[in-house]
Amino acid sequence: MQASRLPAYVDILVIPLLNLLTALFVAGIIIAIIGENPFTALSIMLKGAFIYKGGLGYTLFYTTNFIFTGLAVAVAFHAMLFNIGGEGQAAMGGLGIGLVALGLGGILPVPIVILLAIIGSAIFGAIWGVIPGYLQAKRGSHIVITTIMFNFIASSIMIWLLAGLLMAPNQMSPETVSFADGVMLFKIHQILNSMGFSVARSPLNLSFVLALLCCFAVWVLIWRTRFGYRIRATGFSTKASAYGGYRPEWIIILVMAISGGLAGMMAVNEILGVQHRVILNFTSGYGFTGIAVALMGRNHPVGIIFASLLFGALYQGGAELDFEFQTITRDMVIMIQGLIILFSGALAYMFNPFLERIFLANKGQKEPENG
Amino acid sequence: MLDKINKVKREHIIKNGDESSPFAISLIDICKSFGPVQANDAISLDVTRGTIHGIIGENGAGKSTLMSIIYGFYKPDSGMIKVAGTPVSFKQPSDAISLGIGMVHQHFMLVPNFTALENIILGSEGKKGLKSGLYAARKKLKELSQTYGLEVDLDSITEDLPVGIQQRIEILKALYRGAKVLILDEPTGVLTPQETERLFEILNALKSEGVTILLITHKLHEVMAITDVVSVMRQGKLVAHTKTKETNSEWLAEQMVGRSVLVNIQYPKGNPKHIALSAEKVSVTDKRGFDSLKNVSFDLHAGEILGIAGISGNGQSELLSVLSGIIQPAAGQFKIAEELFDATHHADPQKVRQLGVAHVPEDRHAEGLILQFQAFESAILGYEKSPNLGVKLLTDPNINRTYCAQLMDSFDVRPQNPTLLSSQFSGGNQQKLILAREISSMPKVLLVGQPTRGVDIGAIEFIHNTLISMRDSGCAIIVVSVELEEILSLSDRIMVMNAGEVVGTVNKQDATKPMLGKMMAGMTLNVAEKGV
Amino acid sequence: MADFWFQFLLALDSSIRVATPLILGAMAGIFSERSGIIDISLEGKMLMAAFVAAAVAYGTGSPWLGAIAAIIVSIIASLIHGFACIIHRGNQVISGLAINILASGLTVIIGIALFRQGGQTPTLPKSARFNSIELPFAQYFADNIPILGVVYKELISGHNILVWLALASVGITYYILFKTTFGLRLRAVGEKPEALDSAGISVSKMRFQAIIIAGILCGLAGVYLSTATGAGFVKEMTAGKGYIALAAMIFGKWRPVPALFACLMFGFLEAVAARVQGAEFPIIGEISSDLLLALPYVLTVVLLAGFIGGVSPPRAIGQPYIKER
Repeated sequence: MQASRLPAYVDILVIPLLNLLTALFVAGIIIAIIGENPFTALSIMLKGAFIYKGGLGYTLFYTTNFIFTGLAVAVAFHAMLFNIGGEGQAAMGGLGIGLVALGLGGILPVPIVILLAIIGSAIFGAIWGVIPGYLQAKRGSHIVITTIMFNFIASSIMIWLLAGLLMAPNQMSPETVSFADGVMLFKIHQILNSMGFSVARSPLNLSFVLALLCCFAVWVLIWRTRFGYRIRATGFSTKASAYGGYRPEWIIILVMAISGGLAGMMAVNEILGVQHRVILNFTSGYGFTGIAVALMGRNHPVGIIFASLLFGALYQGGAELDFEFQTITRDMVIMIQGLIILFSGALAYMFNPFLERIFLANKGQKEPENG
Repeated sequence: MLDKINKVKREHIIKNGDESSPFAISLIDICKSFGPVQANDAISLDVTRGTIHGIIGENGAGKSTLMSIIYGFYKPDSGMIKVAGTPVSFKQPSDAISLGIGMVHQHFMLVPNFTALENIILGSEGKKGLKSGLYAARKKLKELSQTYGLEVDLDSITEDLPVGIQQRIEILKALYRGAKVLILDEPTGVLTPQETERLFEILNALKSEGVTILLITHKLHEVMAITDVVSVMRQGKLVAHTKTKETNSEWLAEQMVGRSVLVNIQYPKGNPKHIALSAEKVSVTDKRGFDSLKNVSFDLHAGEILGIAGISGNGQSELLSVLSGIIQPAAGQFKIAEELFDATHHADPQKVRQLGVAHVPEDRHAEGLILQFQAFESAILGYEKSPNLGVKLLTDPNINRTYCAQLMDSFDVRPQNPTLLSSQFSGGNQQKLILAREISSMPKVLLVGQPTRGVDIGAIEFIHNTLISMRDSGCAIIVVSVELEEILSLSDRIMVMNAGEVVGTVNKQDATKPMLGKMMAGMTLNVAEKGV
Repeated sequence: MADFWFQFLLALDSSIRVATPLILGAMAGIFSERSGIIDISLEGKMLMAAFVAAAVAYGTGSPWLGAIAAIIVSIIASLIHGFACIIHRGNQVISGLAINILASGLTVIIGIALFRQGGQTPTLPKSARFNSIELPFAQYFADNIPILGVVYKELISGHNILVWLALASVGITYYILFKTTFGLRLRAVGEKPEALDSAGISVSKMRFQAIIIAGILCGLAGVYLSTATGAGFVKEMTAGKGYIALAAMIFGKWRPVPALFACLMFGFLEAVAARVQGAEFPIIGEISSDLLLALPYVLTVVLLAGFIGGVSPPRAIGQPYIKER
């Protein structure tokens, strides 16, 4: 948010990479401190994420989650709104899918139920985003605090419903009954295998395609529509937005609806793609990871795809670490995520003075030659 | 170690200062640059003890930087500061404060929800704890305010006090810290003429008690009215230094801008036609329930410029915001192109724009442009829906860039590069870009707030000429400005506002500066005329 | 009826126990936010402190050494926050979030490396914990003085030292904030930092001091969780208490005494929730304890939305201080 005098490629490429490397470096030190070899860990993670059978599928499966939650955070960021309620919005998205699938499954044709379920996830997520948006726009409550509170409220509602009204009979764990037959998205390996390619089993499903479509849609929305122009204008200056006649309050409300909707659609991947029933805590922190993804991806869909891939690999590779090491669990990934948020987010400009010295010093030497 | 030296110096200055040097402050070859900008270039200056010393210059001439250096806010790149003849070096403001230098900032450095007393002692509470510090301060302040005539209710909450009183708190704050040198940065910008007069009385009282005063301003008449000595700054350099008695404002103005200025260019009078916009008893109530605009009525004719004069904060901004649809009136109505707007039938910026009203806002950085946007994006702010800029809901950067290049070409915006960030243009070029955007819609009504604030001389002429030619082509124009000269030069009629109300409207040929000044203070036209 | 009162007394008693970390957290939040630094990392600091307190207390057998180590670690976390937000002017929310996430990963990883118990610490023996202090004559008064004696025994006696410390922290916070020079400057730096800067006081130094105090208080909250009420560290044992403390601080409008009552109210809600599970009530029927537990969050949202009086946070909160030209 501070203006940089650095060349664009430094801003877009060098800085994020430098931040990422710093985070990984610190993670490496911690791994070394607990007595493991960080390079062995890295190689196991890479193999697990990309090389082992099904690894890539799992990596892309997690990537899908992060694309949704990352886009959600990014869209809100363009209006200078910090939506850290992705977790709650995704949970509510799952509830939306559950209500549609359980209520209409077996009544309407399967493709229509699936379509409605996807829409349901977006609408439920949007509702959970739009309320904090409304409260910020019209009542002046701070969106960060409200979305944090809404995460907890969503979690309470889910516990209450899944351990009560919606709980499957004769079940001990808090979850619904399974959806009607066929109310699920095709797995990518099924599709590819039927086309004659031999691909290992993985939970990767059609949600991945949906996620990529959302990336494109967000790009068009932000950079190619008049509404996107207004979103960005509002994000940079509420006063200028009011001057332009864009009604900043409405922009905030609508942006939070879109953001919540995108986060809600994360549930499509988990619930409609894999679980086929609503379970508790299926969001398992992906909403928060979306913040790291958006920060690393500089709020641009292309950046978000790459950042999601990175986190997808971390998650899948992290699972592999679980098997290989006694002392390293997936919590390592959570820690790395914290480090990435710290270095790519809070300390994003730490290296700027240093880089400015390098790049602008070079420039300074060139100038006399030119003139 | 350094502290020790400073302490010795301090004791020396306090003890011997009076005899050792006739100068309260001496600057020798002070240089300071921010990146490529040379804000202060080899400034040398002696300030005689017990005088009021004016420092005058245009915006960006480097006055504030120089004062911040004297106050220890910035460290000079090179050069030397002497306080009462002794060389000193300031690492932070507290070093300057301890040597008896105090500063009243342009934007007050007061905590809004503290009492006056708490604000005054903040940072100098004494070593004996808050309670006894407050008690001791109360006693000392009583003496100070009696000596200098600075009455302030010490227990009222600062934000509830009028600006004139807040400024007194700032002055007391400096005196409480033992200031023998008082720097005032543009102190009258927010004051009414009466408050200004009162301030000048206080400054004279301070002077007679031996306090040295450095007055930074860009207002010539203030320098002429109160200072003993005046120094002129231009583009970071000290270009003139003289006794006030031995100079006049024309000469000073020439020094400020570097060439002789045509003060008050007299443009030919316009040729008013039909009524293009009319307001009837428009009132605005702000969020705190305060009436910022009260029963404002006027007609605006096509082909005329209506100048609105007033001290900033007297309802002019709200008037522009209402007419452009950004805020809504609480009562009253206004008519644009036969469409009537009031408290129930709301105007909004998009609708008003469609009716042919363009608006160059007062605050260029917050409203007129989006600094983080590239120029071509700022060039369509408010007009992104216009049919020649893309299809339906979409926008096309290529079309926008070409469009912006055209605007830049016809209004001589430099550098002529639509992809630069809006923040990378100078004030004048930013203003030209906004003017280009607004005028290109061929408006019937043009609302202009502070057309030339922070704009260099060359661009001022260009902007003024543009406004006049718009008027001559039949556009109805409102110009709000705090610069009386600008109002007098451009307007066909002048409407004066005070406390949200219209004090009166005069024709250009009948208006004089003293008369307008009195009206700005709230005197009605009749009273003001009698006084002339 | 007598039984109801006894139950009520026990609920009040456990409210205080539940509220203790909230009070410490809320006071930490007040120091930090009054100085202009948003602190959503209360949660992470508490979690780190809880882990370190238990680990060190287990290793050394001394709860006091555990507490000291925990406070140091919590201060370090504060300093990281300050490094990012004060020195590098990073986004305060993002920095806080990073610390929270870092804490939940790091505590488990180090826990496994040290103890191989899935991220927990071994159960602490009684000697390595802060135990409850029976006040003199508790049993005697309870037996001999009607009502007040029981109140004395059940409500006032039998708390550990950290409970008393938490209650004391409210008075201390109030005193520092409103009766000392430091407090005057602290409030000024959160409202209008340039006023302090122009008076020759360093804004960064003030803010660092404030967040260090916040670190100490969060450290104590963590110590309480793992070595006073708990007998060791459990993965994610703060379970949102840092956020509830934040909510209580907002609910108390950034003032120590109202924040104390907010903490007690939230604590009471939790204590009640634990008791009403499955119980039937006249008229309202069964109350869901899950929804009851969400009440603090709902109330905070409602308060923030201005439906219960106005709330005005410190004016300079969240903005990094940049000297203007």
